[in-house]
Amino acid sequence: MARFNRRRRELLKLSAVTGGVCAAIPLVPGTLADAAEGADMAPAGSANPAPAFVNVTLRVNGTEHPLTLDPRTTLLDALREHLHLTGTKKGCGLGQCGACTVLMDGKRVKSCLSLAALVDGRDIKTIEGLAEGDELHPLQAAFIERDAFQCGYCTPGQIMAGVACIAEGHAGSPEEIRKWMSGNLCRCGAYDHIVLAIRDAAAVTRGG
Amino acid sequence: MHPFTLERPRDLAAVLALRAQAGRNDAPVEYIAGGTDMVQLLQEDVRRPERLVSLGRLLDNRIEAGPNGLRIGAGATMAEVAAHPAVAQQFPAIAEALLESASPQVRNQATMGGNLLQRPRCPYFRDVGYSACNRRVPGSGCSAMQGENRWHAVLGTSADCIAAHASDLAVAFVALDATVEVLNPSGRRNVLLNDFYCLPGATPHIATVLEPGELITAVSVPASPLSSRSHYLKVRDRASFEFALVSAAVALDMNGSRIREARVALGGVGTKPWRVPQVEAALAGSDLDRASLRQAAALAANGAQGYGHNDFKIELMQRAIVRAIETAGARA
Repeated sequence: MARFNRRRRELLKLSAVTGGVCAAIPLVPGTLADAAEGADMAPAGSANPAPAFVNVTLRVNGTEHPLTLDPRTTLLDALREHLHLTGTKKGCGLGQCGACTVLMDGKRVKSCLSLAALVDGRDIKTIEGLAEGDELHPLQAAFIERDAFQCGYCTPGQIMAGVACIAEGHAGSPEEIRKWMSGNLCRCGAYDHIVLAIRDAAAVTRGG
Repeated sequence: MHPFTLERPRDLAAVLALRAQAGRNDAPVEYIAGGTDMVQLLQEDVRRPERLVSLGRLLDNRIEAGPNGLRIGAGATMAEVAAHPAVAQQFPAIAEALLESASPQVRNQATMGGNLLQRPRCPYFRDVGYSACNRRVPGSGCSAMQGENRWHAVLGTSADCIAAHASDLAVAFVALDATVEVLNPSGRRNVLLNDFYCLPGATPHIATVLEPGELITAVSVPASPLSSRSHYLKVRDRASFEFALVSAAVALDMNGSRIREARVALGGVGTKPWRVPQVEAALAGSDLDRASLRQAAALAANGAQGYGHNDFKIELMQRAIVRAIETAGARA
């Protein structure tokens, strides 16, 4: 409780520092609280209690989005909290679970490990950009057909990684799929069905 | 994440100038390239730089193979290097070490320079909830020494730090006599990778010989008759997406069924990638029979010290050497 109160107090202090800028920009959960703690812990007289915001243009699913962001904003948080593309999921935030997998310039990456300001202009594709209108991508259809999920939280990351896995030519056998999908965890343990879905989709497509 | 100012310089000269103002290793100014380790360190408050300097698009990312060997720009990704035909054919240990590292996503993001400079995976270093970590806070103590140290080093340790070096790639590079090209404000210098990492000693927070402002720009691996008959064996708790408990990078020059010359480096067991010249000397002229290999591999344990949970590594690393040599020796 004491910790919360301190954070809250520092948050108000930081808000005062950054003034109207904060009010105009969608917030990343945790960011300001963390910023406040940073301000709290910065050495006395530090010239840099709050970061300068940065301008970035994110190109997501073919659309360009100019944004002004706290430099700490990850690509994952920018997608979810600023562009409201919440299909990309936040799991561990440390590159370990794969729930945040998106395609960047056609290659699969963990969006939690990229700072949004450093992927300016890159071509980003999320789960929202995979279907063609009402027609699901073959791997999306295969996930439904094979019942390749239970809770569904890891599913967007599994599908984006699976699309890349197929496009790379790494879906030749169940063993190969398991190895090349090892960056995506499923706590429900739907792995057998995920492998089947990727095999099915690999038979009808190469790439996203 | 603590607040930082993000710098996106236009060229490497500006990059060096920004970093040169700061101190060594634990500087208030840090570089970021692929970001796969740095963002984790930032997220967990292990690193708290005031300024973060992006190397994005400024680093050389070419991969060139020629008669003198291999030269890889520091900005090339792990996936790009692993997939390069010349790397896979002429330097298989490098491709294998890369493909056994991390996950496909991380391999698409992480760069050569960043891989070589990744911080250790010691759970006490990575968790600021533990106040004692000499590597994170000099003079604060070592939580691993009496803690859960199953993953920790048995070679090159000191009373102040037993964290194992985490890079698979660096182990393959060290076995193949790789050199890093380093850029600094007054020019360039080359450092043999085997001389690049510092033993922890009493200063575990100083991980490499890089001076303030210096930057890895490329890695070169000399052409050698050994490199094409090289192999990287990784032993770990899971079949994929896991750091090494023990690994062995070996390279052989064979004369029929006899070893003319061998290179052996170990991962997961040293505070830096661990070359074992005494094993290499014993292997020269040896046959590939199990008893001879076993005898040579036993020399790797010279000076090894377990800390309880990791005692098993001393035996396991000898077996890994034997198996890696048998695999490489069986290659055409």
